[in-house]
Amino acid sequence: MVERQSPLEPAPLEPELRTGSHGDFEHGIDVILSEIKPGSILQLAAWPGQEKELIAGIRTVTGLALPDGAGAGSTDGVRSVFGFAPGKFTVVDEAEGLVSGFAGVVTPAIGTVTDLSHGRTAIRIAGPKAEWVLAKFFAIDFALPAFPVGAGRSTMHHDVFAQIQRTGADQFDIYVFRSFARSFWKALCHASEEVGYEVQ
Amino acid sequence: MLITCPYCGPRDVIEFTYQGDGNRERPQPASQNLDAWNAYVYNRLNPAGDHNEIWQHSGGCRAHLRVVRNTLTHEVSSVAFARGDHKSAARHKAEGKP
Repeated sequence: MVERQSPLEPAPLEPELRTGSHGDFEHGIDVILSEIKPGSILQLAAWPGQEKELIAGIRTVTGLALPDGAGAGSTDGVRSVFGFAPGKFTVVDEAEGLVSGFAGVVTPAIGTVTDLSHGRTAIRIAGPKAEWVLAKFFAIDFALPAFPVGAGRSTMHHDVFAQIQRTGADQFDIYVFRSFARSFWKALCHASEEVGYEVQ
Repeated sequence: MLITCPYCGPRDVIEFTYQGDGNRERPQPASQNLDAWNAYVYNRLNPAGDHNEIWQHSGGCRAHLRVVRNTLTHEVSSVAFARGDHKSAARHKAEGKP
């Protein structure tokens, strides 16, 4: 596959992603920001009535079982899956080439597989104030009972569409369009200044 | 104003796009009934009260929704997926589509 370049590190321009501690970190670092660069980001959609077959196919290929319910999902730290719309799922793998694994499993009769690996940028926000910072961005409930680990949400911030998956009690992975990633990243850094943040 | 998406839950109206009056019935594309087309394009009920509307959750799951909104109070009394509703299902059946 073609070598990917992060939109946050557009050499030779000054990189937007400046590692180290920023903002009000003298009182502690409450948020850690990073770009996680998964090798595969896929979008799978089932034709009406084929949802169960698609979920079974995702399990066959990734080994991840999807819990019941809207926006449900799961992660094992390497691969992640979550529903973001009726009959539609985002599947992520650290390794490249996941799309070829679905070739014979999700047949044209079941649904579609779209490779978005080059079209999305994945940003991870972690730390005790991650919920608090995200609550400034998105008008959804980030509390653990309402947004359990593994679950995903589709929403937007100032018309920037974002898919958010909770991958830990205080950790979220945010998938944004690649072309919006730099401005979204900068906004996320500004929002994290008052709690002190570290870029890794 | 909040709309409770059947998939995503309660969301701010800014995430939704208004797709028009939900009472319209589109004539068959080949129809030459000018009165039916005129009614489809121009005639609106404009009620002061509950109104059937189509909205899309464009900033979320992107599903099309059939919404009943009160035009006086903005109270949303019913939200359902537009896909598979009896109106479009019946029309698809009549046209021989799945």
